Amino acid sequence: MAGIYRWQRQWLLFCPALIWPVPVATDIADDRAVAVEKIADGVYVRPGRIAVLFEADNVANTAFVVGERCVAVIDTGGSPAEGRALTAAIRKITQLPVCFVINTHVHPDHMLGNEAFERDGVEFIGHKNLPRAMAQRGDTYRQRAAEYSGNAAHIPKIVLPERTVSGTVQLDLGRRMLTLRAHGTAHTDNDVSVLDEQSGTLFAGDLVFLDHLPVLDGSINGWLDELGRLMEKSLRAVVPGHGPGEADWPLAAAPTVDYLTSLRAATRSWIARGGELGAAQQSIEAADRDRWRLIDQYHKRNVAAAFAELEWED
Amino acid sequence: MGTRMKRDAVVRSFCMALIVPALCSGLAQATTVEEDMAWTGGLKTAYFADRKILSDDLITLEAPQRAENAAIVPVSIKAGIPQTEDRYIRTIWLFVDKNPGPLVGKFHFTPASGRADLGLRLRVDTYSPVRAIAETNDGQLHMSRRFVKASGGCSAPASSDSDAAREELGRMKFLVRHEEAEESSSKVEGNPPALAQLMIRHPNRSGLQMDQVTRDYAPAEFVKEVTVSFEGKRIFRAETSFAVSENPSFRFYFAPRQEGAVTAVVTDTEGREFSETYDVSAATGEVAARR
Repeated sequence: MAGIYRWQRQWLLFCPALIWPVPVATDIADDRAVAVEKIADGVYVRPGRIAVLFEADNVANTAFVVGERCVAVIDTGGSPAEGRALTAAIRKITQLPVCFVINTHVHPDHMLGNEAFERDGVEFIGHKNLPRAMAQRGDTYRQRAAEYSGNAAHIPKIVLPERTVSGTVQLDLGRRMLTLRAHGTAHTDNDVSVLDEQSGTLFAGDLVFLDHLPVLDGSINGWLDELGRLMEKSLRAVVPGHGPGEADWPLAAAPTVDYLTSLRAATRSWIARGGELGAAQQSIEAADRDRWRLIDQYHKRNVAAAFAELEWED
Repeated sequence: MGTRMKRDAVVRSFCMALIVPALCSGLAQATTVEEDMAWTGGLKTAYFADRKILSDDLITLEAPQRAENAAIVPVSIKAGIPQTEDRYIRTIWLFVDKNPGPLVGKFHFTPASGRADLGLRLRVDTYSPVRAIAETNDGQLHMSRRFVKASGGCSAPASSDSDAAREELGRMKFLVRHEEAEESSSKVEGNPPALAQLMIRHPNRSGLQMDQVTRDYAPAEFVKEVTVSFEGKRIFRAETSFAVSENPSFRFYFAPRQEGAVTAVVTDTEGREFSETYDVSAATGEVAARR
């Protein structure tokens, strides 16, 4: 492959007028120093930015909750550096130790920062399916992280959960309880949400997207079912996996529900007419286009995932 | 890598727009030569020795330029001739040059196929040419080629809901797309072939997904042969590899002259055999599974 690039470079020498477009860089300044937002007493969010996986390492929202005994971290960002930035942000607020690191699911923007938290007394927790998902995808994620960062010397480590959740589990941070819930296959097959009872805050992981187009990597039917159940809960606020640091509940679920519902209806009707996958990807449009960013990057992919699931419905 | 590839695309789009066509077409040719290195450097010879392969329009391969999901890349092959007793396409080979196993499969047709069209979904592991080669009953070879930009299809599971495929392992769906078929085969008089789709629940695991805990690769487990007959007469046979996506789906034609039974037999690398028979009505395209 290397030969192709050599050719391009030679050719460019003959075309000095050609202006090399820089692929993304425009709105990506280093905002490593972005302060965390305090959204409730003892509850902090480090909002990610709306960007494509790996093109930035702080794509997902990360958060932490401070109890009287220790701190729980919810997602660690897309690189060890991002994990270290989160550690530094925690240190500015409290000297209490981190005792739990929860990964809401396997996607690299939520867990490649794990290694920054590896030390005695820190317990990594995730869905019962998370170890398998990390095993299946870890190498691909590590390679891609190295390719994008151009830093082969530091390939992030995949830190597996020591404790896994099926159903619900309570974590005690010292006079503050977190409830972890392992969901059925939805955004992925390893989604966990975290409820801070004291402040009435739900950390929804990628069950809830705002601004960033929802990405389907599990089950469209399962995702809508899980959101339907979650929306019955009365909460003070939700922290979405992508989008602003906090939002109202259940209002914040509506955009994700609308997008998935419309995608499901369009895909089912395409399948019922005997259409095939490639044409469906070209034809099915995203609903509410002005509500979402990254439609071009993720919508067709979502159509494929929805199609592959729904064509097996009776 | 990703960025460089984007630049590659940018260079090409500039080629279209700039007033240096000679220079640019030189570049494009050089790029194609580079892209085809795996083929010209050994693959072609390994499968076809020194046989002559015509690059013409006997078959047309359709594939997306950029695969949105590398584990489910839809491709189709359209035949430029109808299947008749005198002249027909016997076999279509499908390759993804740069996949760990380049041969996706060999697909065999008969005059009873009506048309040697084929649709399926592939795993594409990296930026690669995809090529289909058809052999007609007189032994001639015809090729159609596309370049697909995709990455990681062989090592990534198609969906993270692989449990669903495993729970229903071997379940099949057979559909006849009657109306659509009539539109697209107007050239065939009297008895237009019907477009059929066979879907098989199977994880079709590549054997390239590493377990982080044990550092072992999960063993390959995939559908290796699919045979479809109508009233005992073979209409379609596929010999396939793990480059076919999870839950393999094949679209092909057959020419039912009356109502009859379609039988599909599927075998996988574990030696399992799955078989289903369906009663098909030629007039309406209605399909009923026999229990």
